[in-house]
Amino acid sequence: MAPAVEIVGVSKRFRLFNEKFTSLKERLIHFGKIPYEDFWALRDIDIVVQPGETVGLLGHNGSGKSTLLKCVAGILQPTLGEIRIRGRMAALLELGAGFHPDLSGRENVFLNASLLGVSRREVQRKFDDIVAFAELEPHIDQQVKYYSSGMYVRLGFAVAVNMEPDVLLIDEVLAVGDELFQRKCIDRIRLFQREGRTIVFVTHSVDQVRQICDRAVVLDRGEMVACDAPGPAIRTYREHLLQRQEYAEAQRLGLTEAVEGEEAADQGAPQADERVNVFSQEAKRNLQVRIVSVKFDYPECGERPYVVSGEPLAINIAYQASRPITDLVVGVAVYDMEGRLLFGWNTETMGVSLGVVNGAGEISFNIASLPLLDGTYPVTIGIHSRDEGTVYDWREQRDSFEVMSRSRSAGVLELQVEVKVRREEPGAEEPGAEGVA
Amino acid sequence: MRGCAAAARPGDAPLMTISGPSGDTTSDREERPQPPVRVVSARVSLAQRLRNIWLFRECLIGLTRKELKVKYKNSVLGFLWSFLNPATSLLVFYVVFQLVLRNGIPFFAIYLISGILVWNLFSVAVPQATVSIVANAPIVKKVAFPREILSFAAVLAALVHFFLQLIVLLVFLVIFKRQPAYAYLPLLIPALLALLMLSLALGVLLAAVNVKLRDVQHLVEIGLQVWFWATPIVYQYRLVRDNVISKVVAGKVVPASGFKHAAFIAWRLNPVTPIVLTFQRAIYGQTSPVGTDGKVVHVLPDHAGQWWYLWQLLAVIGFSFVLLAVALRVFGRLEGNFAEDL
Repeated sequence: MAPAVEIVGVSKRFRLFNEKFTSLKERLIHFGKIPYEDFWALRDIDIVVQPGETVGLLGHNGSGKSTLLKCVAGILQPTLGEIRIRGRMAALLELGAGFHPDLSGRENVFLNASLLGVSRREVQRKFDDIVAFAELEPHIDQQVKYYSSGMYVRLGFAVAVNMEPDVLLIDEVLAVGDELFQRKCIDRIRLFQREGRTIVFVTHSVDQVRQICDRAVVLDRGEMVACDAPGPAIRTYREHLLQRQEYAEAQRLGLTEAVEGEEAADQGAPQADERVNVFSQEAKRNLQVRIVSVKFDYPECGERPYVVSGEPLAINIAYQASRPITDLVVGVAVYDMEGRLLFGWNTETMGVSLGVVNGAGEISFNIASLPLLDGTYPVTIGIHSRDEGTVYDWREQRDSFEVMSRSRSAGVLELQVEVKVRREEPGAEEPGAEGVA
Repeated sequence: MRGCAAAARPGDAPLMTISGPSGDTTSDREERPQPPVRVVSARVSLAQRLRNIWLFRECLIGLTRKELKVKYKNSVLGFLWSFLNPATSLLVFYVVFQLVLRNGIPFFAIYLISGILVWNLFSVAVPQATVSIVANAPIVKKVAFPREILSFAAVLAALVHFFLQLIVLLVFLVIFKRQPAYAYLPLLIPALLALLMLSLALGVLLAAVNVKLRDVQHLVEIGLQVWFWATPIVYQYRLVRDNVISKVVAGKVVPASGFKHAAFIAWRLNPVTPIVLTFQRAIYGQTSPVGTDGKVVHVLPDHAGQWWYLWQLLAVIGFSFVLLAVALRVFGRLEGNFAEDL
């Protein structure tokens, strides 16, 4: 079957003028030498979307994902390359775009639909559906300027969605509206999927990608860095996010050069060993005991650099003590990408006494079954005295491990869940059908 | 996309080239045929552009209705304003030219209104079209459709007002018990066509340029002021022709100097003039009537027949057609940046 959307070698250049030289006078004064910078918002993007597929575009702010969607929608023209779309397309770039405040809801429905290229006759046929979906029956003949923002958005979504597009483009519009309406939108999108329509949508929410998408494309600074199943794509996305966070952190501290050098040396996952102490605990360390290495051991994974949800994980910490120490405590804390502490233990709270420590050694924390969904999880390792007064060594979120998940559940935790259904329907032959998922 | 077309007429959707009839669609939904392919790229051919505009004709009508509705929304007098505006200028010009300057033209009100009618359409359509893209920035930035139709809608809205003002003219004709020159009435159709084409061409061209250079909308206002006085609306055509191209010396008509002749030709190249002349000839109907002061006033060319007017109108239509083609080209070039520049 022919692909629904073909994006072939698309690049988009923006000319950024240093000042706004939009008046004729300025043009004449600066004739021919208006300073500008070329900014490539997209570089050489190739994506093929098959009919019935749902593809998510992931990326941080400014990665070009919205630009790409606008190009697909035909609002921006790509500087290079071509986009081919088969079938009717509706773009939800901004709900209620093109509504005129002075016109009534009814008039706006017709105007908006005509902008989407839908005939008046077709709108008339679907008008009741649209109004019902938007839940605006009593207000449809009021001027739109008296609508609340929620009503506005509902009407916009209702119009676009009821036009039965073959290809639906959505740009983060699912984030608006109240929870009930959001759920309604998601339900509608699922219905679209069942009907075999193609959906391309832009989002920040990895949860939505995991829930809805068949495939995800990750953009970073205008380049496509992943085009894969949601799990691996989300992993790539988080990797790039982490890189950017480190970069931003370093830039804040005036260490840009160091990190840039690092990035050049190790593009994949920059090791931040050489950075100056950033965190207070790290600043306090006296290095009488050093953390020599932190290794994540994925016993069942072989060569894979990640662990699959539910598999065991071992965190091995090798240390080197320069003198005998009696009150040593080793701790581990696991965070998520947003910096929330997920769990933490140390040898003290676990009731393990290390006795007198001298010379080299290794301490392992073994997790029998890792209950996390996919993502990158930074880990903090600390070696300190029992009263926490002395910090021997501290590595604040410098190490991380990767988790991949096969499940489509949302959130952070991977739990084993069983579903049971018990029916007591009048007239049903069997007394109660049970289904276990 | 653009489904009205997709559902009803296969492959008739805008911005699309039709894909081969491979018939590989699973048509479980209605009788939907092979979906058309829409191509987004930096270049769209002129024929394609015109096709897209045609496919969005319903949208064009919708936008025109919007323009009309929004213009007088929340105003008490509403559409009455579109009568009051020309009526006021009519009154002012009547007082100044007839009563103060004593130009002696009989039934001057009818002469005036037949020209002002034309001018109002032109002078409303062009500036409105010029700002159409900028004024509709929210739509342009968020919805994909052939943007030319915004300019087209502005011209069409002005056309609707034109027809309303035509009622005023008819009322005047009845009041003064005047008859139009029936032999020249059919010429109003090519005249109106020429006027629309010219307004569209200028509107589309200026709208596209105005997105980047906002000065254009102000320039247009000034330009239209000059243009108004360069068109024989409040004064008569013969006044300029007889006095600039030639003069009467000792009872003989002597051609004017070369420079004056060139100036006349430049003035005569004004594409609105033939349209105004046609309206005046058809509606006012007289060429050299006896004036209010008993003397003969030369208003319009004496020996010019229908063909004289028709040729000029065809020239304007031809010129406007070329200009429109150029305008659409320029528009297409600049269109890609609209969403960024707004």
